[in-house]
Amino acid sequence: MKVSVQKEDFDLGAEVKAISANPKIGAVATFTGLVRDVAMTLEHYPGMTERAIAQIVEQARSRWQVMDCTVIHRYGKLRPNDQIVLVAVASAHRGDAFAACEFIMDYLKTQAPFWKKEQGADGARWVEAKATDDKAAERWK
Amino acid sequence: MKVKILYFASIREKLGRDAEDVELPPGVATIAGLRTHLRSRGGAWAEALAEGRLLRAALNQDMAQPAAAIKAGDEIAFFPPVTGG
Repeated sequence: MKVSVQKEDFDLGAEVKAISANPKIGAVATFTGLVRDVAMTLEHYPGMTERAIAQIVEQARSRWQVMDCTVIHRYGKLRPNDQIVLVAVASAHRGDAFAACEFIMDYLKTQAPFWKKEQGADGARWVEAKATDDKAAERWK
Repeated sequence: MKVKILYFASIREKLGRDAEDVELPPGVATIAGLRTHLRSRGGAWAEALAEGRLLRAALNQDMAQPAAAIKAGDEIAFFPPVTGG
């Protein structure tokens, strides 16, 4: 299990390869989040952010068969099309991999302390939390 | 008792600071109590921590409810709802 909160970009292929070595693994589901049209700065809470993500991964492991998992979330200045977040889950079968991957993303969105500040043409603004993200996390309860 | 308080994102900007050590008067014993105490400083504090404003808090780096009890040496953080991912 790997959790990394980092400034640097990540390599999807290398991360998938790193969690795929065990011959019992038959499925790896990945989600990659990208910056849309607007440049942004991502702030986080060093220490708590890593801890919150690790707790979310533990919850996923208690609900599904997860053989390995990597979560990487970037912070700092990001430009349109940059990668922001990676969730990769390795399981024996796809059902567990898909479900755990989506669960981790939904919980990360509402529980992990990150804040986006968009740098628009008319100035910078903090992104507001969305009710739809709360709903997405709620459905796993 | 003394606690450490951290502020993030829009709250940090409104207050113009990201952290402080605060000696609390007797009677301030919960996250909600601390928020009220800080609000009593007035100005940006009254605004950034206003009652109607949707805020989250963490106690020793775990998400915490307003009623959570605080003790000397705790690290408490105030921030807006999160927007990562």
